[in-house]
Amino acid sequence: MKVVIMGCGRVGATLAATLADEGHDVTVLDTRAEAFKRLPAGFKGRRHVGNGIDQDVLARIGVGEADAFIAVTQGDNRNVMATQMAKHIFNVPRTLCRIYDPIREEIYRDLGLESISPTIVGAKLLHEKLVNPRTAPKEPA
Amino acid sequence: MYAIVVGGGKVGYYLAKELLAEMHEVLVIEKDRAKCERIAEELGDIVQNGDGCEAATMEAAGFGRADMVIAVTGDDEDNLISCQVAKAMFSVPRTIARLNNPKNQDIFRLLGIDTTVSATAAILAQIEQELPTHSVIHLLRLTHGLELVDIKVPSGAGIVGKRVKDLLLPHGSMIVLMIGKDGAPRITTPETAIQGEDDIVAVTSVENEEALRSILTQA
Repeated sequence: MKVVIMGCGRVGATLAATLADEGHDVTVLDTRAEAFKRLPAGFKGRRHVGNGIDQDVLARIGVGEADAFIAVTQGDNRNVMATQMAKHIFNVPRTLCRIYDPIREEIYRDLGLESISPTIVGAKLLHEKLVNPRTAPKEPA
Repeated sequence: MYAIVVGGGKVGYYLAKELLAEMHEVLVIEKDRAKCERIAEELGDIVQNGDGCEAATMEAAGFGRADMVIAVTGDDEDNLISCQVAKAMFSVPRTIARLNNPKNQDIFRLLGIDTTVSATAAILAQIEQELPTHSVIHLLRLTHGLELVDIKVPSGAGIVGKRVKDLLLPHGSMIVLMIGKDGAPRITTPETAIQGEDDIVAVTSVENEEALRSILTQA
């Protein structure tokens, strides 16, 4: 699977490394070259410096041929805009978007964007651990 | 009319000032507290400190009864999301977004923003008018992927002397008006003849712009 990941923070870098290890063709995009230091040594994917809400940049890094696009920058709005561009301009079959704000996440889910709010997921996990330590789902190793 | 302006920078400030002068009800939403204070000092109590993409702020600002939301921050992504949320959550009838990157025009339209305004595109259009080498001047972007353009017919063009009905224009293109080199406009009928150095004002689909240009300008 050819995957483009926008945002090379902790989540973006970890996801990129995991997918590359599994043999997927991974491209990581970030506005700052320093961000790529988070990628493990020997990372096999491609790194591109650029702004993911610029359609010229998305075209240049091959989003048009991607099977999946995942937006995990620090900015909810940037993630939402880039994901919608990937979906509607470049017709990427699978798009995923991180939105911290639970309300915005709900709105865009209703509008058909596949999204995850780490705020809700995190709070749920912490709640489970606190109230129900035995049955709480284990974090993946 | 109740207009909410998202972004209290220079564009937002002057826009609010003009709308107030026209007796509209105006609210400016601005993240930066210092900017809010400056606006309140100059224009009165018409500013709310907060994030114009956050539902709680939008609710408190009365997006539910706004006739128009105009998002003019310096970031296209914030303007897009503000307008989209205004539509999806508060059913605001009309949304206008400022674009910094003119290429974002199509995606904004596709995502339901009613009107987009780009200073970059406006300046480019002015430059096109000044440069004789630019044969197509973009006048206005319309809905449904159509645009209004002004194309200058060179004096040696193959269509000089032909009538409108004899032209084979691309699908979706239509000549609206001709302006002679003396500046006299002519209403266009099928019988109107094209003269050298005419300015042809035409509606065309964006995809067929180049085809239209080549029909009207090639020797």
